[in-house]
Amino acid sequence: MEKIDVRGLSCPMPVIRTKKAMDQGAQELLVVGTSQVSKENVLKLAASQGYQAELVVNGKDNWEMKLIRQ
Amino acid sequence: MDRGKWFILIAGLCIGAIAAVLVKLGNPPNMGFCIACFQRDIAGALGLHRAGVVQYVRPEIIGLLFGAMITSMFAGEFKTRGGSSTLVRFFMGVFMMIGALVFLGCPLRDVLRMAGGDYNAVVGLLGFIAGVATGVFFLRRGFNLGRAEYSHSNVGGLLLPLFFAFLLFLLLKGTVFNPEAGGPLFFSKEGPGSMAAPVAISLVAGLIVGFLAQRTRLCMSGGIRDFILIRDNYLLLGFIGIFLGALILNIVFGFFKPGFNDQPIAHTMHIWNFLGLYLVGLTATLLGGCPLRQLILSGEGDIDAAAVVVGMLVGAAFSHNFLFAASAAGVPTYGQIACIIGILVMGWIGWSYREA
Repeated sequence: MEKIDVRGLSCPMPVIRTKKAMDQGAQELLVVGTSQVSKENVLKLAASQGYQAELVVNGKDNWEMKLIRQ
Repeated sequence: MDRGKWFILIAGLCIGAIAAVLVKLGNPPNMGFCIACFQRDIAGALGLHRAGVVQYVRPEIIGLLFGAMITSMFAGEFKTRGGSSTLVRFFMGVFMMIGALVFLGCPLRDVLRMAGGDYNAVVGLLGFIAGVATGVFFLRRGFNLGRAEYSHSNVGGLLLPLFFAFLLFLLLKGTVFNPEAGGPLFFSKEGPGSMAAPVAISLVAGLIVGFLAQRTRLCMSGGIRDFILIRDNYLLLGFIGIFLGALILNIVFGFFKPGFNDQPIAHTMHIWNFLGLYLVGLTATLLGGCPLRQLILSGEGDIDAAAVVVGMLVGAAFSHNFLFAASAAGVPTYGQIACIIGILVMGWIGWSYREA
């Protein structure tokens, strides 16, 4: 599974990086990040691009999510 | 439409309405809120520039910062972080202010001006959209100012709020301990700086909008950016809400006067209205947020955003001391040169900060 590290990146970098991997046809992604804003934005992107999101880690200042194409 | 979208639309309506009410209660016309103008007024109150007509410690700014700080603390989101090209961001703040003062307003005031019938603001909006689109071009190319890191101490995030709290204390206390010069704070006796809603109301208005903006992540440049980048209209709805909220109350209060000429605190030099907000849109997109968003992020402990806020204060001082800032008469030649230089510098930063 491809891992995307968006820790410490400000908007909209986390979304751009995740979308780039999606556009390259990734079926499964592991995205790792820090801020709540980036988490919300990646979740929104996943929903709009037809990926199912599962939060593996869901802390206040660190999170990890698995994205699986539906 | 889901709940989040309704919330940001309603939040926008409230912010627009509050802005119109602030004008009714004494703020300058079409300037219920203006992050750039108000920070410029604060720079003037501190004596950083000598434009006597724009000096006042705007309680709205202090309220916005504290509204965002208190909200983020309750939400568990207050956390000191920074270290992403901080000095670069400081100078970008300087240029963002120069652009805003060439246009005469930040993107938030641009919306409020449009809601007051000022067609020059529509020209500004076109420039702003073009600026954001240019920023998106750099983002797609791999632009990145680097990662920020969480700090092991939260002190850093409290410094800017404490500084603004000190200014509020001086404003309320009214002490003069530099009688010869009239300081520590300077206040306009005429002009926009002398027009203000009562302190308590301005402060509470700032707190409410700070809360709303923190929760919704409201951002003017972000709205256009997300629409171009991923066709997401969430932040754009906040924009539309502000416009409608202010428009409705402006009509009720009789403030709505459509046209290009004789608009309050505005000029009709189309090319500079366009390029002023072009510079702001480009800079804001590279920074990750408009002047309002930078202020809100500062309240959440983002010290890179705080560097932008301080950069904007310094940029305001440059703008007025070096005759960059526009007035109703138009944009001085030096302001035109500074605006072009700003665009070139932002293009240079956008082009070179590319991550492979």
